Amino acid sequence: MINPTKSYKNTFTLLIITLLVIVFINISLGSVYIPLKQIFLSLLDGLVEKESWKAIILNYRLPKAITAIIVGSGLSISGLLMQTLFRNPLAGPFVLGISSGASLGVAILILGAAFLGANITAYAFTNWGQAIAASVGAFLVLSAVMLAAIKVRNTMSILIIGLMFGSLTAAVISVLAYFSSANQLQQYLFWSFGSLGNLSWNEISALSVTFFIGISLVIFIIKPLNSLLLGENYAKSMGVNVKRTRNITLISTSLLTGVITAFSGPIAFIGLAVPHLTKLLFNTSNHKILIPAVAISGAIIMLICDSIAQLPNSEYTLPINAITSLFGAPIIIWLLVRKRKIYY
Amino acid sequence: MKLADKHIIKTVNLSIGYTSKKEVKTITSNLNIDLDSGNLVCLLGENGVGKSTLLRTLTKVQPSLKGEIFINSNKLETINYTDFSKILSLVLTERLPDSSLTVFELVALGRQPYTNWIGYLTTEDLHIIESAFEKTSTTHLKDSKCYELSDGQLQKVLIARALAQNTPIIVLDEPTAHLDIHHTIETFTLLKQLAKDFNKTIIVSSHEINLALQLADELWLMTPNQFISGKTETLISNNSVQQLFESNLISFNKTLKQFTISNSQ
Repeated sequence: MINPTKSYKNTFTLLIITLLVIVFINISLGSVYIPLKQIFLSLLDGLVEKESWKAIILNYRLPKAITAIIVGSGLSISGLLMQTLFRNPLAGPFVLGISSGASLGVAILILGAAFLGANITAYAFTNWGQAIAASVGAFLVLSAVMLAAIKVRNTMSILIIGLMFGSLTAAVISVLAYFSSANQLQQYLFWSFGSLGNLSWNEISALSVTFFIGISLVIFIIKPLNSLLLGENYAKSMGVNVKRTRNITLISTSLLTGVITAFSGPIAFIGLAVPHLTKLLFNTSNHKILIPAVAISGAIIMLICDSIAQLPNSEYTLPINAITSLFGAPIIIWLLVRKRKIYY
Repeated sequence: MKLADKHIIKTVNLSIGYTSKKEVKTITSNLNIDLDSGNLVCLLGENGVGKSTLLRTLTKVQPSLKGEIFINSNKLETINYTDFSKILSLVLTERLPDSSLTVFELVALGRQPYTNWIGYLTTEDLHIIESAFEKTSTTHLKDSKCYELSDGQLQKVLIARALAQNTPIIVLDEPTAHLDIHHTIETFTLLKQLAKDFNKTIIVSSHEINLALQLADELWLMTPNQFISGKTETLISNNSVQQLFESNLISFNKTLKQFTISNSQ
């Protein structure tokens, strides 16, 4: 009897342990030093020396760690889906114009407030206000891309249409920015830096629910995604409904990236880089292995980036978007130079 | 199934071609095919004569323009894609996209029409995969990555994938296009053997006329003006093969069963 696919139990165990360790490290680092034992006590709802420590852990660091996990896994899975669907290693979660749509929404809210009337200015600087604007923007641009996708049979054309919509929205944002005040520009810029903190437990619940809906959809397309590895013609000949698979992929990706971008800003690089890193680590194309692997790796890398961005024991927090690229790009380059080629 | 309709593939006045917004471009019309199972069929014809279009139409990739196609006496358009994937499998000429699939995973993908929603391989699936490896003598390759294979090995593995799909009909589009003469002969012999030993109906489009004349049970000859199908021996003896190329450069030698360069000058 021939044995089926290689087992990755050990690698997975290692990844999960790493994830747990990193979650803990992430929570223990921050501008205020909190002793290890007190962190445990806070998490286990025990008696903590200082009430403020408990508040910092439970209301600031823990939500941030959870956000990092969801953002990291969600973006990475979306990136993987896009890379398989478009059979293009340069595809990422934002190729469908989701990030540009979200940016446009927020830009109109913050930069365009002056044109639209003062009564929306009040919402422009709240989390929910920005999240809703981003969602609406992402949804509108995405619908436009999807409408185009229905007309277009070629999957590659959808990729290009997504990129074109990105250029369009970037141009509109430039025009808006040109007419804006310095104060508004700064506010918009801060959103575009990305941020994992400042999410309330309510917002995190909204994020988690969408995350789980998105992930559940993905589980159902694991099998057709694997046959798409041979190309659309083979997939069709094996009874795969290519169009339906494509639509489910697009919907779950937009759900995941749309909501994540709404709450945490357009976080670059993770969605593009983590699938590559995971493929190098696991050396497989089987989505049954890759999807959980990418989810865990994404969470780990996002947590590491966030820990670095905090600049432990200092008052400053660097923009998360800068850290993800500063930290990730050299690693990818190094891995590629060393291993020469990634096979998808 | 009715006894009279024993043909596994039958076409009636079939027209093939493309429809665009402006016009209907017919490539060939009045194709009448009656094919019994267990035959190795070679589809021969010049480049651009419509071989791929015919295969694409028969494999439900593109619609026919006119006429009917029956597979096992069922109209092709009434068979849904899931059922069709259990009747007919493909070996395409296109390059596989880059991936780090192992040979085992590639062949196992052939079981997709039968596996559950997550693609779990049962003991039965594993047995069928194993026998597909044995039939193509590729068992030793199963742990290799697909990108490590030579063209000849890859072709055999792709045939193994089609076998794992366990369909009565296998269609191959120019399977020997990138192969040297040794691997070409090996591939054709393998196909012949599969048709004979396992009663598979195998349709191959090819430019290997000399091999096809020696190994094929049936020939489908496509020329710009007509489509001729029939037993290889019949087509050789009634001079149909001679009409394949309208050229003074080559002519068909019946005793040698091959085309030779004309020595008229």
